[in-house]
Amino acid sequence: MSLEMIGITVLWTFLYGYLIIASIDFGAGFFSYYSMKTKKDHIVNTVIERYLSPVWEVTNVFLIFFIVGVIGFFPDTAYYYGTALLIPGSVFLILLTIRGSFYAFAHYGVRSNRVYMFLYGATGLLIPASLSTILTMSEGGFIKETDSGITLSIAQLFTNSYSWAVTFLAIVSVLYISSSFLTFYANRANDTPARELLRKYALAWSGPTILASLLVFWALSRHNPDHFQRALEIGWCFGLSLLCFIGAVFLIWKRKCFGLAFVLVMLQFGFAFFGYGASHLPYLLDPYITIQGAVTSPVLGKALVITFIAGLLVLIPSLGLLLWLFLFNAKYVRGEHEQEHL
Amino acid sequence: MDAVFWSRILTAETLSFHIIFATIGVGVPLFISLAEAWGIWKKDNHYIMLAKRWTRGFVITVAVGVVTGTCIGLMLSLLWPQFMQLAGNVISLPLFMETFAFFVEAIFLGIYLYTWDRFKNPWIHWASSIPIVIGSSMSALFITIVNAFMNTPAGFRLENGKAVDIDPIAAMLNPATPSKVAHVLSSAYLTCGFLLASIAAYHILKGRNHVYYKKALRLTMITGFILAIATFAAGDISGKFLAKHQPTKLAAAEWHFETTKQAPLVFGGVLNKETQEVKYGIKIPFALSILAGNSPNHEVKGLNDIPQDLWPPLYIHYLFDGMVAIGFYLLLVSAIFAIEWYRKKGNQWSPWLLRGIVLGAPLAFIAIQLGWIFAEVGRQPWIITGVLKVDKAATTADHVSSTTWAFSALFLALGILTCIVLYRLFRHNRAEDELAKRYGL
Ligand code: HDD
Ligand code: HEM
Ligand code: HEM
Repeated sequence: MSLEMIGITVLWTFLYGYLIIASIDFGAGFFSYYSMKTKKDHIVNTVIERYLSPVWEVTNVFLIFFIVGVIGFFPDTAYYYGTALLIPGSVFLILLTIRGSFYAFAHYGVRSNRVYMFLYGATGLLIPASLSTILTMSEGGFIKETDSGITLSIAQLFTNSYSWAVTFLAIVSVLYISSSFLTFYANRANDTPARELLRKYALAWSGPTILASLLVFWALSRHNPDHFQRALEIGWCFGLSLLCFIGAVFLIWKRKCFGLAFVLVMLQFGFAFFGYGASHLPYLLDPYITIQGAVTSPVLGKALVITFIAGLLVLIPSLGLLLWLFLFNAKYVRGEHEQEHL
Repeated sequence: MDAVFWSRILTAETLSFHIIFATIGVGVPLFISLAEAWGIWKKDNHYIMLAKRWTRGFVITVAVGVVTGTCIGLMLSLLWPQFMQLAGNVISLPLFMETFAFFVEAIFLGIYLYTWDRFKNPWIHWASSIPIVIGSSMSALFITIVNAFMNTPAGFRLENGKAVDIDPIAAMLNPATPSKVAHVLSSAYLTCGFLLASIAAYHILKGRNHVYYKKALRLTMITGFILAIATFAAGDISGKFLAKHQPTKLAAAEWHFETTKQAPLVFGGVLNKETQEVKYGIKIPFALSILAGNSPNHEVKGLNDIPQDLWPPLYIHYLFDGMVAIGFYLLLVSAIFAIEWYRKKGNQWSPWLLRGIVLGAPLAFIAIQLGWIFAEVGRQPWIITGVLKVDKAATTADHVSSTTWAFSALFLALGILTCIVLYRLFRHNRAEDELAKRYGL
């Protein structure tokens, strides 16, 4: 594989990782707040907290990895996106900052507080919405290079159907991914009331998810026909994604194999995400940056790849240990270790 | 006001805010790990309780460190796109390595926090603190390497504004790396030693005479003494490094205009720019030559040998002096404590000494800030010495000023909230009560 393909595959894989675990986190924030509003918090909150507490910082590192990795492998992106994204990027950072710190304040510090919970829930939906617009911009048409420099047309972003379709998809996917994971987790915890509630959420959000996906396709065909054409060429990816979706919803519906159901959800998004990514190539920013044109020098690229492999050798066992202690350890999941932390 | 100005303000503000929490993130895990190990070794639950309570405060500060760090990570591209494009081509390797250090730290912090009594053998739990200590120190190492590169770039050639002949390892091992890393790490550990010591000293001053606080103070101050020596030594090495590789910065810091041997060191004072004379300062003969080259006859380059448009602002003199003065102060206080502890008849708990320790904590944080501003402003007008000037690197986007205001408000709110949360966390939950409840001590 060429260097640029290795680079983009690694980065896209980590972004996929972020998509899944951050969705669980973002959605959980929303459900916590929502269930507090509807006085059902005693049902779901213990499950949510037990899973989120040990892992939230790790989620953030996936994002940092992606940002740093993009600049390492494709330094030109820093120039184009850096200049264009000042405002949306800052908004995103402020939201992320509020979310992260308030999570810690509410969680490790003083007990739950309505304002904290509200901010935590609201940012859980706003962050994916603002992140997804970056993918929208990469389709071209919003960022322009002129003699006076690089500009972003925010007004255009707000009036574009593709942009809205992607935002809608991002929000509903977050809720769908999150609730299907938490259903599985509650089931492992033998917490039937929580499981039933979360299962209802998962089923409720499955319909909008698939609807939004179709909407995005339709809008893409109008906004960037070339990309749409490339997507059709690997249509099987999206077909498999749909099959996984059907399987997952079926299992959740029948209250069977929640673990397998969540794996299918992951595959559903995996196929769609990699299909989208593959058909997006060669562009990182249509039409200004391609992976071939922006890739870093071979020496540095090689060093990055070696570092990456060495890093994985440390990362994979550590992540495994984390999952083993908190996700696959039945006693922890059931809350029998409640006395252990601080 | 232009984008360059606001970009500088926003960068400086974000970094100064982050560095407070980053310093805690680097140093406190070391002390947590030490306390837990000592407690298990001596079967002394006071130390275990120390580790637990320190950790509890620590997680709050970590969270702020993480979010502000994420801000910088993205902001560098938003505010300095040209810089990141060029730097990304050469020095992204340590940044990339840093993310793995973050991963390790984040994963094991989760494990450390939530497995206190999970294992029969307490050493297993303690072992999970080691990757946190290593991970956070490595992240400081890698980010400092990036900063060192900005001061003394290496490992590439410029051709038509593009970097060629790139050697990422040589870029990482640039001349500034060893001294900078040593000084940044030792000063972070030292600062956290004083931070934790000051908490204990404060309680003893308030009449809370529990042996728990005394043990805390002894642990942190005696390590603090060793770290103060190390910081001093590393600072001295940094001075020699400057003399050799960034003479402009050193000369500006010392208001040293004529290249001479037997150069004196001036502390404080007021500069008359016209005559280049310093009034009211304390002059220490030969000291600058010794700082720069270990010998009174070492020749130190003066500012007049450097084109004036490449001079950094001369106020950095005060920043440097402030840092060095604080360095001496911390060394003195911790030395007195160590001596009093060593002399069997000494009085480690004299109120004046305790007050001195309490004062040491804010001073140490001030020294960190002074040191960084000195190091960064002393590099002006360059963002990468000799390669790229600051005013050529800033973003061309509009609205940097409103962004700056937004972040200022955010950091202000975060700072205040962090204090409130920490205060509430410990106010009703006294260590004495908790010791009694958990361990019957
Ligand atoms: C508690 C903090 C602290 C204390 C007590 C000291 N320093 Fe420091 N100093 C730092 C914290 C620091 C720092 C924050 O870590 C800096 C900023 C940039 C850097 O590399 O380290 C620094 C930079 C720095 C530099 C500039 C390095 C460069 O620009 O590359 C020099 C020459 C010194 N220091 C020298 C000293 C001396 C001679 C000290 C005598 C006691 C001293 N420092 C105490
Ligand atoms: C790896 C670490 C660092 C990087 C990559 C970095 C990068 C930068 C950049 C790009 C600028 C703007 C250009 C300039 O004015 O020189 C800057 C300025 C500044 N930085 Fe750093 N910095 C680092 C560490 C720090 C830290 C930890 C502090 C902490 C307090 C700090 C304090 C400042 C200040 C005060 C300025 C403004 C200087 C001025 O222009 O007046 N820096 N830094
Ligand atoms: C340009 C400069 C810097 C950038 C881009 C940066 C970036 C970051 C990022 C992205 C994080 C969050 C990592 C996570 O999610 O775990 C972070 C945290 C951290 N940073 Fe910085 N940082 C900078 C300067 C510094 C400096 C100068 C130091 C040390 C002296 C430092 C030490 C740390 C540490 C130890 C953490 C872990 C947070 C904690 O445990 O409290 N950083 N930084």
